[in-house]
Order: sequence, then structure tokens, then C-alpha cells
Amino acid sequence: MTELTDLTVAEIRDGFRAGDFSAREVASAFNANVAAAKALNAFIVETPEKALEAADAADKAKAAGEAPGALAGVPIGMKDLFCTQGVQTTAASHMLEGFMPTYESTVSGKLWAAGAGMLGKLNLDQFAMGSSNETSYFGNVISPWRRGGGDNAALAPGGSSGGSSSAISARLCPAATGTDTGGSIRQPAAFTGISGIKPTYGRCSRWGIVAFASSLDQAGPMARTVRDNAILLEVMSGFDPKDSTSLDLPVPQWEANLSSDLRGKTVGIPKEYRPDGLNAEISALWDRGIEWLKDAGANVIEVSLPHTKYALPTYYIIAPAEASSNLARYDGVRYGQRDLPDGAGLQDMYAATRAAGFGPEVKRRIMIGTYVLSAGFYDAYYTQAQKVRALIARDFEQAFEQCDLLLTPTAPSASFALGEKQADPLAMYLNDVFTVPASLAGLPAMAVPGGLDAAGLPIGLQIIGKALDEQTVLNASLAIEERAGFAARPDKWW
Amino acid sequence: MSIDLQTVKKIASLSRISVSEAEAQAMVPELNNILGWVEQLGEVDVTGVEPMTAVIPNHQRLRDDVVTDGDVRDKVLANAPQAEHGFFAVPKVIE
Repeated sequence: MTELTDLTVAEIRDGFRAGDFSAREVASAFNANVAAAKALNAFIVETPEKALEAADAADKAKAAGEAPGALAGVPIGMKDLFCTQGVQTTAASHMLEGFMPTYESTVSGKLWAAGAGMLGKLNLDQFAMGSSNETSYFGNVISPWRRGGGDNAALAPGGSSGGSSSAISARLCPAATGTDTGGSIRQPAAFTGISGIKPTYGRCSRWGIVAFASSLDQAGPMARTVRDNAILLEVMSGFDPKDSTSLDLPVPQWEANLSSDLRGKTVGIPKEYRPDGLNAEISALWDRGIEWLKDAGANVIEVSLPHTKYALPTYYIIAPAEASSNLARYDGVRYGQRDLPDGAGLQDMYAATRAAGFGPEVKRRIMIGTYVLSAGFYDAYYTQAQKVRALIARDFEQAFEQCDLLLTPTAPSASFALGEKQADPLAMYLNDVFTVPASLAGLPAMAVPGGLDAAGLPIGLQIIGKALDEQTVLNASLAIEERAGFAARPDKWW
Repeated sequence: MSIDLQTVKKIASLSRISVSEAEAQAMVPELNNILGWVEQLGEVDVTGVEPMTAVIPNHQRLRDDVVTDGDVRDKVLANAPQAEHGFFAVPKVIE
């Protein structure tokens, strides 16, 4: 018999409903995997009792003949950027160590209301700032994947949702939440051979999610299949009056409408995403992806997104600017750490608290943000970036006059070893080169695994869709998933 | 534009982050490297382009100016490093 922890969300949901197993059996099996995987450091807090509590409620409701919730019997992992009532929420920072929210984020609340149980709070890059999970105050997350040939180097699970990607790929949970500001769902998904979707900006409420860059942050699901992502996204999405940027639109039935038949659809291949020196294996996978989409019935054309090369520098002005403003709230007064040197006044307390509570990357971004927003530099940096952002969004609008979706690589390489890129912040930022443009334009985008590179590590493809057209994104991703037949999994060493 | 040590200290002060002399010195090349790289945006012709403020067209929602929430003082104070008499407490600011 298949292990319960190898089942997908859809299989768990359906098997629970059919009575093949109880929700408690599922939760117990995942709890055991979580407890045995400390070496991955994927969780900051484990909540096995929460998972069992939700499972028992699901079993009891089923026995009473009640209609099951969309995720009844399914335990999941929760990125530790979502406030969870009564459970420590830290954003992987020392600043918020010990913070116990007295409220529940809208997205996590929706998941629990649908019957999901919580296995624990997943590690991430501190305040979601990082692409490798090396900035967490609670230590690096380790990818369950290793290069072949006896190379035991610890690899990056991607970031910032690296606890999520590592845990799903290692079968510690069937699915998890992620958040994506510049690629923080898609790049870790690609590094660990799973899939994840960042929906259109505004689909998921940001209320109760620790803020990084508010005009970019968007929650989304991560899981091992496209169908599982559709199931979770339906639960996570929807209007929330508590978030002024939340879209007041009905949530489509993405799962019921899944179809990998792409006849009548046109796929655009942005030529600017194939720069000189693009990794040959990534390039070859991209070509295979084109053939897979053609095989699914799509017409493929080349398109141009002329401002692509400016997306990363634009992002690294706008995101730090918004972060410097959002993170001003951590001052040692209302919550979080307080550092009060002897005889210190209020200003000294702020400065000491923030010096002790933030890690180097967070400080770096706050300071860049402060600089680009400061008098004398605001127009040269920030206003200019907002204008270039408008041009990047316009590029996409013009491309979507010719096509229905775009196919690109997700990341410029497979996962790298921890420590390899840490010395150079700029080199690390370049990891998000393919994911950032869609974030700046607020478009739905999904990462789906495409194959393994020569070292045996997963590499992925990205589908970008029109605003609000998550269905086409999911459908094209499904077409790739079916044809790629990606079944590789990491060998258990942990 | 090049950032010097004085500028780094000024940004740190504006950011309310205390930095040691050594930290500030280490940040000079780091910040210069990043800012030098983002300066390529200056070459983009943005004539007639409005700065983008919202990625998805969305209307500002208005509601009646009435209290819809509140009366949760203890919850608000629950995570405060120091709270006294129902208030957040901070070091004395007036002698």
C-alpha cells in the first residue's frame, strides 16, 4: 500500500471522504515525518496537536454525516509569515521571537475553516527577504535534494518560502502556504521539484500576513501537483474587506475547470528571457516546454518584453522602499523585542532594538529603502522606478494582445550550495531575474517542475498569465506536468 | 552617485538602526554596489509615463465612518514588551 505521506492533497481528500483512512491516521503519519526530519530545519514551530485536533474534528463531523469541508482531513504547513492565533509567528526574525498573535490571518483562517489542519509554522528567509533561506534567525533550511555522485553539500531550498518547498518535497506535508513578493513561491518550488502559483495581485487577502512590500506581496499555495494547487488556491482566495487591495470578485472553480487541452491558445516566448550565457540545461528544458505546449494544441509565437532587463533594478528599489516603511513598525514598543541600554532614551531604544532585532539582509534593505525615499533622491530613484514599473506592465499588456500566456524558465539555474552566493548580495538578487517581472505587473504566474539537470537536481518552467486568468495558467501548467512526467523525489538522508 | 561613510551613518540614523563604525564601513561598498547597479534605470526614457501606483485597477472602497471593531485593549497590549495601567510603556521622554 502507498504510504499516506506520499498521497497528494486530492488523494487525501478523496480517500478520507471514501473512508479509505481516517483523518487522524493521515495527520499522525505526517506528524511522524515532521518529527523525524529535524535535519532539514523546515519548521520553526511544530504543532502536531493542532494537526490532530483538526483531524479529529473532521473524523467526528464525517461520523455525524456532515458535509466535509474542501480540505477536511488534509494537514498542511503554514509559512511563518502568516499570523496564527496563539501560535508563535516570527517571520523568521529575532525581532518577532515570542510574538503570539491574538488574531488569525485571513488566508490561514480560510484554510482552517475548510477543514485543513496545521502541522506547524514553516521556516523562511527573515521577513521574506532572501532567495536561499540563509537569512532566517532560526538557521538555514536545507533542501532534501542532493547532487548525485556522493556530493553531500547542503543545498538551498530556494527562498523565501524555503521551509515550505523543503517540507513538501520531503513529504513532511502534502501542501503548504507560501508568499511571493518577487518569486518567493516560484523559485523555491523550482529548486525542489514541486509546483506553486502566485495568483493575480489582490486575489488573496494580505490581512494578517507580516508585510514586506505591500504592492507586491501575494500569498499562494505550494504542492506537488497542479491540481493540488488549484484546490488550495480556491480556498485561499476571495474578497476581504480588511485588505483595501483585495479584489471584490467571485473565486472561479479552478479545479473543476482544469483542462490540459490548449487548442486555440497562443503561447508567447519572450525573447528577452534568453540572454547570452543562459544555462544550457535551462535553455534546453525551455525548448522541451515549448514542444510540450505545442503537443497540447497550443500555437507558439515569439514575443518581446523590451523592458525586461530593468525589472530587477526596479524591484530592488520598490521592494526595499516599501519594506523600509512597513518595517518601521518594529520599534520595541507594541510587540516584539525591546533592547533598552542603560540610561537610554526613546530614540536610543528604537535604534538599539532595531540593530539587535534585524538580520544583516533586512538592515541592508531597510537602509536602501530609506536612501531611495530620502529627500533629494526620491525622484531620481523611487519615482523613476515607479515609471519603469509602468513600462514593464505595459510590455506585458502589449504581449497579451498577441498571446494568452507566456512560457519562461523559473530560475536561471538549479539549486546551489548553501554559502555559495552569500558573500555577494547582488549575485543572490539575480536569482529572481525570471520571476520578478510578473510580480511587478501583478500577474498570475506558476512554477512547475520540468526535469532534472545533469547533477540530478530539479529545474522548472514558469507560466505567466493575464491578470485574473489563473485558469489558463493552471491549465498550461497541467499540460506541462502531464508531459514532463516528473516523478523524481529526493533520496531520504535526513 | 557614490555613498560615503557619513552618508551610511546618516541613512542608519534615519532608519533608526544603530551601527558600529565597523558595520558602517562594511556597508559602504555593499550599498554602493547595489545602488550603482540600480542606477541603470536612469537610462530608460520615461517621457510621458505616469508612475505606477496600483498594478490591478481597483477602486478605493468607502464605508460609513462608524466603529466596527475595538474594545480589545488587552489583546492589543498582549505582546507589548512593557505595558502599564492599560498603556504601552516607553522610557521617559520628558524630564
